Amino acid sequence: MKFSRIIANSGEWLSGDGPNRHIVVSSRVRLARNLSKKPFPGWAKKAERLEVVKLVKDAVEHLPEMAESYSENLETLSSLEKQVLVERHLISREHAAKGVGSAVVMNAPQSLSVMINEEDHLRMQAICCGLQLDKVYEMINRVDSELEEVLDFAFDSRLGYLTACPSNVGTGMRASAMLHLPGLVMSDQINKIINSVNKIGLAVRGLHGEGTEAMGNLFQVSNQTTLGEAEDEIIGRLNRVIEQIIEHEQNARALLAQRKPITLHDQVGRAYGLLSQAYSMSSKEALNLLSIIKLGIDLCVFPDAHRFPIDELFIETQPAHLQKGAQTQKMSSEERDALRATIIRAKLLQVPQPDIDRLKIPTPATNEKK
Amino acid sequence: MQCDVCQSKEATVFLTQIVEGKMQKVNLCEACSKEKGVNDPTGFALADLLLGIGASQEIEKSPAAVKCGVCGFTQADFKKTGRLGCSHCYEVFAEGIEPMLKNMHKGTTHTGKAPVAYRAARVHGEKIKSLQANLSKAIESEEFELAANLRDQIKQVETELPK
Repeated sequence: MKFSRIIANSGEWLSGDGPNRHIVVSSRVRLARNLSKKPFPGWAKKAERLEVVKLVKDAVEHLPEMAESYSENLETLSSLEKQVLVERHLISREHAAKGVGSAVVMNAPQSLSVMINEEDHLRMQAICCGLQLDKVYEMINRVDSELEEVLDFAFDSRLGYLTACPSNVGTGMRASAMLHLPGLVMSDQINKIINSVNKIGLAVRGLHGEGTEAMGNLFQVSNQTTLGEAEDEIIGRLNRVIEQIIEHEQNARALLAQRKPITLHDQVGRAYGLLSQAYSMSSKEALNLLSIIKLGIDLCVFPDAHRFPIDELFIETQPAHLQKGAQTQKMSSEERDALRATIIRAKLLQVPQPDIDRLKIPTPATNEKK
Repeated sequence: MQCDVCQSKEATVFLTQIVEGKMQKVNLCEACSKEKGVNDPTGFALADLLLGIGASQEIEKSPAAVKCGVCGFTQADFKKTGRLGCSHCYEVFAEGIEPMLKNMHKGTTHTGKAPVAYRAARVHGEKIKSLQANLSKAIESEEFELAANLRDQIKQVETELPK
């Protein structure tokens, strides 16, 4: 499959539906695996890396899950194409920096992707919309079991799966969920939540993982340790914490609507005004304002039919996605900001003005359970 | 008291750590403690200070000349990259890696998924273990007929090696 074809559609995780979709944008699980007795990618010589790519790529391409897939060596991709994959969360920023001796394979719905020779020989991930970590783990676990039949994975009966960095040893698993938490941010509770989540051995990160800024009120929650707990225990722990965060977010939204309706109306109105009228907009500003529109949809201020077009803007207004659709060769950041504003204005034209009278306070999660 | 690192300024930060029964002390001035990141006094940081070269205590424990027989990786390489050379390195540098894993993770033993071949070995090992436990019990309660039976069973199971 060609790059242009696979990238023409947005990934399944963006367009699909899933439990708690209004707060949990996506669930993702990645597994790190290595071939036994072969030097890890960071230490291997070029010839050794090429050998691993050949071996692993062949095995991955023959998976039934990859019947319709896109598979490419990284040196044949332009830096723009790699960046597009990063913005879609299909490869890591680290992997995008790689060239000869690394590769990527993904399926057509973009729900499965395998990075070959990132930090480990294999980094495979499954991604899905809403909160469904169990399902996502099942997806990637099946791929792992199938690959295990043809590849000799490095495994130690005591330490588990062996990885280049000791911090991934054991399950080699990183499970994470992308959460949209405007309520907790607006009510200044987010730092309290982040601190308490960190204390129980889970990590909270920004939009693109480690060391990235939180934009658009999006936060990634993931497990930090991989040794000493089985996969289902890690996912169970993560699920319980995420459910707690969802409850807090719902309560925060309800409280905002009840106690600070003017602030809420004002924020939604301003976001709508800027997005529909601005002629230049940075990526950060766009994400932060789109987040408020998304909240407005959750609160019924905008019709639900506009959920997907707005969600799509979160990805379509990222720098590489803009450049990909542009006429000119390499846009300056001013040109990009202008193009971004144009695309957003066009889409906002379809969205009616916020109807504050329709604002529905979400039922706090605690009442729902009773 | 003078700072152990710069040997010039007054020490205001005092660190003590007990590693395997031996006490290690470091005295530092404000600036040096910040530079060495002492506000996070894990074993790493202290060992770095003591050795003064950014070497971690874990790696120091294995003799300096050790090299991985499979990939040629050394401790110096680990110091530089923070990554290991190949899966075999976990055996070669086991002594050094162990305490690090203890710091990083919830436990030091993997309890999750294992490749099919290992799963069979795991089940096999557990079967023998439980038979052996039954055997000890039988001997203790002087049920020698049962004990003889169990002993034969264990012999039988032991020959059925998983593939």
